[in-house]
Amino acid sequence: MSALLLASEAAGHAAESLGFPLLPALVLIPLVGALVILCIPAERDDTIRLVAVLTAIAAGATSIVLLTQFATGEPGFQFQSSATWIESLDIKLALGVDGISLFLVVLTGILFPISLLATKPDHNPKGYYFWLTALEVGCLGVFLALDLFAFFVFFELTLVPLYMLIGKWGHGRRVYAATKFFLFTMVGSVLMLVSIVAVAFAAKAGDGGTVTFDLVKIATSGRVPTGWAGALMFFGFVVAFAVKTPVFPFHTWLPDAHTEAPTAGSVDLAGVLLKLGTYGFLRFALYLFPVQAHDFAPVLLTLGVAGIIYGGAVAAMQKNLKRIVAYSSVAHMGFVVVGLFALNPQAIIGAILVMVNHGITTGALFVLLGFLYSRRHTYELSELRGIQKSAPVFAGIFTLVMLASVGLPGLNGFPGEFLVLLGTFIAHRWWAVVAAGGVIIAALYLLWAYQRVFHGTPDDANARFPDLRFSERAVMVPLILLIVGLGVYPKPLIDRMEPSVRALIVHIEEANPGWVAPTSEHGNDLSPVVVPAAASGGHEGEAEPGAGAHTATAEEGR
Amino acid sequence: MSSLAAVLAQAAPGLTAGPAAAAPTPTITVPDIEWTALLPILVLGLGAVLLLTLTSLARGTVTRSGYAIYTVLVATGAMATAAPLWGRVHAWDHLGKWELSPPYGPFSAVAGAIGVDGFSVFITLLIGVAVILGALLADDYLRREGIDGPEYYVLLLLSATGGVIMAMANDLIVLFLGLETLSIAVYVLAAIHLKRVQSQEAGLKYFVLGGFSSAFFLYGVAMVYGATGSTNLVQIKDLLAVKVPTHNALLLIGLGLMLVGLGFKVAAVPFHSWSPDVYDGAPSPVAAFMASGVKAAGFAGLTRAFLLGFGQFASDWQPVLYFLAAASMLVGAIVGITQTNVKRALAYSSINHAGFMLMALQAASPKGVTGLLFYLATYTFMTVGSFGIATLAGRTGDGHHDLADYRGFSRTNPALAGLFVLFLLGQSGFPLTSGFVAKFGSIAAAVDAGSWHLAVIGMVSAAISAFIYLRIIVAMYMAESDTEAAEKAPKAARIKVPFGAGLALVACALATIGFGILPNGLNRVAGEAEPVLVKEPVPAAASGADGAGLTGLDLTTIPTTPTTR
Repeated sequence: MSALLLASEAAGHAAESLGFPLLPALVLIPLVGALVILCIPAERDDTIRLVAVLTAIAAGATSIVLLTQFATGEPGFQFQSSATWIESLDIKLALGVDGISLFLVVLTGILFPISLLATKPDHNPKGYYFWLTALEVGCLGVFLALDLFAFFVFFELTLVPLYMLIGKWGHGRRVYAATKFFLFTMVGSVLMLVSIVAVAFAAKAGDGGTVTFDLVKIATSGRVPTGWAGALMFFGFVVAFAVKTPVFPFHTWLPDAHTEAPTAGSVDLAGVLLKLGTYGFLRFALYLFPVQAHDFAPVLLTLGVAGIIYGGAVAAMQKNLKRIVAYSSVAHMGFVVVGLFALNPQAIIGAILVMVNHGITTGALFVLLGFLYSRRHTYELSELRGIQKSAPVFAGIFTLVMLASVGLPGLNGFPGEFLVLLGTFIAHRWWAVVAAGGVIIAALYLLWAYQRVFHGTPDDANARFPDLRFSERAVMVPLILLIVGLGVYPKPLIDRMEPSVRALIVHIEEANPGWVAPTSEHGNDLSPVVVPAAASGGHEGEAEPGAGAHTATAEEGR
Repeated sequence: MSSLAAVLAQAAPGLTAGPAAAAPTPTITVPDIEWTALLPILVLGLGAVLLLTLTSLARGTVTRSGYAIYTVLVATGAMATAAPLWGRVHAWDHLGKWELSPPYGPFSAVAGAIGVDGFSVFITLLIGVAVILGALLADDYLRREGIDGPEYYVLLLLSATGGVIMAMANDLIVLFLGLETLSIAVYVLAAIHLKRVQSQEAGLKYFVLGGFSSAFFLYGVAMVYGATGSTNLVQIKDLLAVKVPTHNALLLIGLGLMLVGLGFKVAAVPFHSWSPDVYDGAPSPVAAFMASGVKAAGFAGLTRAFLLGFGQFASDWQPVLYFLAAASMLVGAIVGITQTNVKRALAYSSINHAGFMLMALQAASPKGVTGLLFYLATYTFMTVGSFGIATLAGRTGDGHHDLADYRGFSRTNPALAGLFVLFLLGQSGFPLTSGFVAKFGSIAAAVDAGSWHLAVIGMVSAAISAFIYLRIIVAMYMAESDTEAAEKAPKAARIKVPFGAGLALVACALATIGFGILPNGLNRVAGEAEPVLVKEPVPAAASGADGAGLTGLDLTTIPTTPTTR
């Protein structure tokens, strides 16, 4: 705990030396951009597009600057800045970034310009670019906010833009999908608001026992309630994030929203917005409620594993390409949840890696699906076949991205999933074993879909499928570089995450006396576990424990 | 009827001053009347009477928009006279260039019948704002509907007079006078659209039910008088502080009946059934005033009677308010989502909002009052804005309020549609609008008072009621290309926005965004607007701030030293 405090002081020092308020700038750039777009007359759609793209690029560039200026090895929050918002409740607009949020910020910064460049809206461009830019404000704000109130504001702020994007520029049953998305998320987040208020008033963590909404102060006050009240507050947060992530039983809005959303909406939804939920788990559920996170970890692990298997199984049954990718997101998010609640450094680092890399690969997949839709105006598998012959470049890029999504070693999907499975295996062996099955299912449904769309003899419509244009290839280049680069060499990411993650683990250990995070360093984990024969028979009924474990590691090692 | 109400309003201070003064002092003396304290009431009331007199003497000579301008000026005048009171209550020694005379701090006037404290001044200002917005919205509306004339404005000012009396009442009889002055004027207002049968129906319905509720309230006052021997809140409070009747059925029945009367005025479930019909039937600007000004006055009455007068009985009325709040929030939300008429939907959403305000009130704490006032202030702008859009979208005849009428509204009237979205999002409690901060304050008060279950119910209802607003937004923005349905359904045509209504809408929009992004100022003002019961008209400056306060509830004390601002 004290380590965290010290670290944040040191980080504050680092930020001062820079002298430029990077984080407020990150939030303000898209905000100003959105307002500028609002002021441009609707007829001048080229200007509007230019402003939107430039805004997104400027925000992306700022996030890259942030990445270069970030002090590796610091566990605490850096570049902190805050301004008073509501005096009487000590609510501040406090921003800060640490190893956990850094790459999500950068991911947001990179994905938004790509999603903007990849497609154009078919009508009313002004509204479209306004809402997309406004969406970026909310996303960046969520990853940077260090005040519970400010976090909630940004968290909710993402709702209306995406609602409008899906509802106005989506396909098919867009109004249904948009409304479902809005109401699901809203129901989840209203309970979080009560929890936020409750935890702030219960902790009274301000200087002199006043109410404050400062995340670090509340988390380190040691007065976050435990027992019944604490559990209720914890679940207030968990439900909100579980809906947003989405965790298995709360996922039903996602396939609809994904399927009906316009391409840019899908890219940002899958790439960034789903991470709001998982990031929330990490930043709020684990950091704010370490006791409850430890106590209820098995519940969430189970839901995560269920999501992996269920998402994969349902994805394999889909007849619509976008729905397949949507359900694969459910499965991937399952990996993230499992990794987070395994509560050890490997798994959590793995989970963050999965978050970032899922953003890149799924973002890329949706961009590709957008290209496909703009040519064929369908996502139905039955209408697509043999595209490999008419569009080899498209097929090639699709193969690469798809294999990254499957988790092929050497591509960026692999390191994260591997670390999650490794860490989970140490902490909760059987959950890891089942989760590893999800990797196989992922290969199954994606390869099967690939086969149906790209192989075979094309009919007329598919034979005339034009290959990617230069601009479209150019959009894909940064994504491909990231997919290969982060797959081969993820170490720079891990180096920057690790101190923050370890500090978080220490925080959880301090809050749970007598509990030590199950890592191999402590030497208490990989020692052979004697599993009673009865238990092994009752669990899976298919393999004896040793063999199951082997399968898992062998699968990953390949 | 209107002139009768005017007379009542004028007579109110004088009538009540006598008996109230006689009780505490042995010798019967005519009380000193602190005229400055009465100025807001007098300006509004006299303004109404003057308007009525002048226009009946010289009919037809008023220029276009003259009535509306006059009403705005009168309301501004009333607010201007209230401003020095705020300064005195907060012990400023001067306001701008003006020296403010002592006594500083909250005080009561007219022999304890009228209480001037931060709360009453805040509500007075709020009602003034509601009158201004109501007049601006009505100006073009009345001409459009062919019912232009001074009557609407006279009644508006009179009902505002009643509202201000309620906000300042330190005596249950005065509270009743205010309630009746307010109500009778609004009954007529609801029926003022002579050419629309729904308006007549709404007026009658409101009148009959409202008459009952007033009778309930008066009966409750009588019961309370029987139990305590006084109608003066200060004396009741003092009496209850000395001897607490533990099983006093008379007092409890009295409280219950009073709650029915006031609950009706704020449209709390189960006393809400009139509001959808009346909001729908009444002319849209009147509905806007009912949802803002009348509601503010109703909550002022609730706060003064229950929180101030019967603060010691909080454990008795808190559970009842808890129930009313929960029921209002849930019924308002759940029934609201089934409505296909925008005005009715707004009426149910208004019931939902009343629940949120009751939630803040039932906390019975300074934080609760702050939350209530913040909510009232921000809700005034949001609801007037929403009904303002409905006023314009209703077009001649004031009848186009079906969801289908709003199809394609975003195309034909992009600016109005955008504003409507803003007001609707505000009402749904979306961040960066004032509605979010208001809901947050209400929840914070409830959680702080230990009733977090109520906060959960409230937020669930907020999520449900979001659907009400989404339906309207969907109709405006997303329903246009639904091929056949869109072609059959009547399309919204382009609407010319008159100056007055436009001004009101822009003001509401600015307030909704402004208080959402920078809530600090209003929040502080609402925090300083504490309701306080002061014992007697204060004779000397020395005892300037001898406020009894909500000592039983452990309110923070008022700063007594003069501060310079």
